[in-house]
Amino acid sequence: MPFLPSRAHRPSTRAAALGAAIALLAGGAQAADQVKVGLLTTLSGPGSGLGIDIRDGFQLAVKQGAGKLGGLPAEVTVADDQQSPDAAKQTADRLVKRERVDFMTGIVFSNVMLAVGQPVFQSRTFYISANAGPSQYAGAQCNPYFFSASYQNDNMHEAVGKTVQDRGFKKVALLAPNYPAGKDALAGFKRYYKGEVVMEAYTPLSQLDYGAELSKIRASGADAVFVFLPGGLGVNFVKQFTGAGLGKEMKLFAPGFSADEDVIRAVGDAMVGIFNSSQWAHDMDNAANKRFVADFQKEYGRLPTLYAAQGYDAARLIDGAVRRVGGKLEDKAALRKALEAAPFESVRGPFRFNTNHYPVQDYYLREVVKDGQGRITNKTVGRVFEAHADAYAGECRMPS
Amino acid sequence: MTGLLLLEQSLNGLQFGLMLFLLAAGLTLVFGIMDMINLAHGSLYMVGAYLIAAIATASGSFWIGLAGGTLATAAIGVLLEVSVLRRLYRRDHLSQVLGTFAILLMANEAVRMVWGSQPVALNPPPALAGPVELLPGFSYPAYRLFIIGVGLAVALLLYVLVTRTRIGMQVRAGASNREMAMAMGTNVRRLFTGIFALGAALCAIAGGMLGPLLAVQVGMGESILILAFVVIVIGGIGSIRGALVGALLVGLVDTAGRTLVPLLAERLLGPAAAAGAGPAVASILIYVLMAAVLFWKPRGLFPSHG
Repeated sequence: MPFLPSRAHRPSTRAAALGAAIALLAGGAQAADQVKVGLLTTLSGPGSGLGIDIRDGFQLAVKQGAGKLGGLPAEVTVADDQQSPDAAKQTADRLVKRERVDFMTGIVFSNVMLAVGQPVFQSRTFYISANAGPSQYAGAQCNPYFFSASYQNDNMHEAVGKTVQDRGFKKVALLAPNYPAGKDALAGFKRYYKGEVVMEAYTPLSQLDYGAELSKIRASGADAVFVFLPGGLGVNFVKQFTGAGLGKEMKLFAPGFSADEDVIRAVGDAMVGIFNSSQWAHDMDNAANKRFVADFQKEYGRLPTLYAAQGYDAARLIDGAVRRVGGKLEDKAALRKALEAAPFESVRGPFRFNTNHYPVQDYYLREVVKDGQGRITNKTVGRVFEAHADAYAGECRMPS
Repeated sequence: MTGLLLLEQSLNGLQFGLMLFLLAAGLTLVFGIMDMINLAHGSLYMVGAYLIAAIATASGSFWIGLAGGTLATAAIGVLLEVSVLRRLYRRDHLSQVLGTFAILLMANEAVRMVWGSQPVALNPPPALAGPVELLPGFSYPAYRLFIIGVGLAVALLLYVLVTRTRIGMQVRAGASNREMAMAMGTNVRRLFTGIFALGAALCAIAGGMLGPLLAVQVGMGESILILAFVVIVIGGIGSIRGALVGALLVGLVDTAGRTLVPLLAERLLGPAAAAGAGPAVASILIYVLMAAVLFWKPRGLFPSHG
């Protein structure tokens, strides 16, 4: 018996879908009565701090708009990807098929992103990245439904590579986790650093003890170290780096991920003096950013990280695009055009999309300092790149 | 420079091995004497680390946290043994695996409910946060040295307990022939509970020691439990000496694998290929070791059953 109803059911579903399609063709796109967003991010494990900041940044933008995005009431479904590509894929399937969300966002880790991409793009749901910017989607596999409101993975590391090069360091040790963004990171660093690489190591993304790697770094005789270790990984590394007394022997450089406010809060004094790169900083002087930083602090009682800024910008990009199409979410072509125009004031200042839907933006050097109020935080030192695009855009043949 | 690297790596391996020993010692006794597969052993490690972190944060002292958390975890171990595990001794291994796996899942969710899914911070005591200069030009983290010291002290205490005391004699008798030990008048029930409490306390110490180096988080027990099982299989089930030797072997091979194998691979294959192949080879090395030991000594290095 249980099989019969579904057999009988199938033709009627198909008929209904056909009917809906015809109605859609006849009537043209209608303004939707709400905008549904699936916010799938990492909320458990060592990477959870990152996901929590993306979520809080996104929700802050919705809250500032009195619960609306682009004039429509926003329904944001928050889900935990557990930093697992399998779990994320299942949840993404549920969000796009059952919940029928209009936008997806939130993923922190690039390996998770690459697992979730295909099912989301196939369902013609726009994915607005609030962090992961894998090189794959920037180059040959670029997709009309993918927009990065953050960066391309290589960019931050390119900025550090250039800084290390410009400051005259000659022997550098490199360390990154063994996953797509880790590979992108060291590739990006080496694109601009031309000196000698005396050590290069990839560690499992789950590894938290860097004792063996620290000994190798010490033995390598490097004068500078570049590590890409996000969230909890960076917290452990910096603690162990100072614990081993390596801070006196070599200079530590990192992308913004490994020296942001979350890491600073956990590590404390040992962070002072670390240079890191970012496309955004909480002390940047523009109206959108001032409002964001003040409201974020008032709402959550802590300084925002770049993840929070990216989550906030992702929400504001959706807000601007939905407003521009007048709430007609079914008209995918118009919505795509609206997104491509990036109709919002980014907290990082000038921002536009390249042909591959990745940002063209400035990158800055920050230093961790003790500021006037006695708190340890990031201070912008200067600009490394102006209107910087990624290296993969040329390989992208974006379908029109 | 290579000599110093080897020395530093040996210390790292020793430190990791001794912590594995704390876990494996309890596991091997429970497995060897009670013939009980306890997958919830890793949960005691996790719960211990959380309790130590919580008490250390509340009291502001790492030491109070370590002592309080260890005692509390031992109490939880006793509670677990008396209420649930005692009923599983007579069942077959499949029931034990299923039963203790259920406990593991429940422990994970319980911890998530109490402390949330974000990792909890546990910092080493300030006095041990910096480096110590061991040789001129060679400094080593004080905290890792401290871990080595604690590990050695616990190993020594266990050795004295097992080989020099009456309880230890009963434990050894139980491990080599349980029926005979019972026939000779050992109160096996109380002995089991005691062993379980001891195992839980050792787990908590390991959790508290490793907490500042790793992260105190849900699921931290599972990955290390697998290594602890590898250790007791290599060492021989039921043998404390086997657990110590097995743990040190695993610790050294794992650390050496992470540094020397990539170094070797770089010489042989060039840096690009080594970056990919090195970590992969390093992570299977301890399982190769286990397979090799089982091939030549199927009962482990120091089998205790007669």
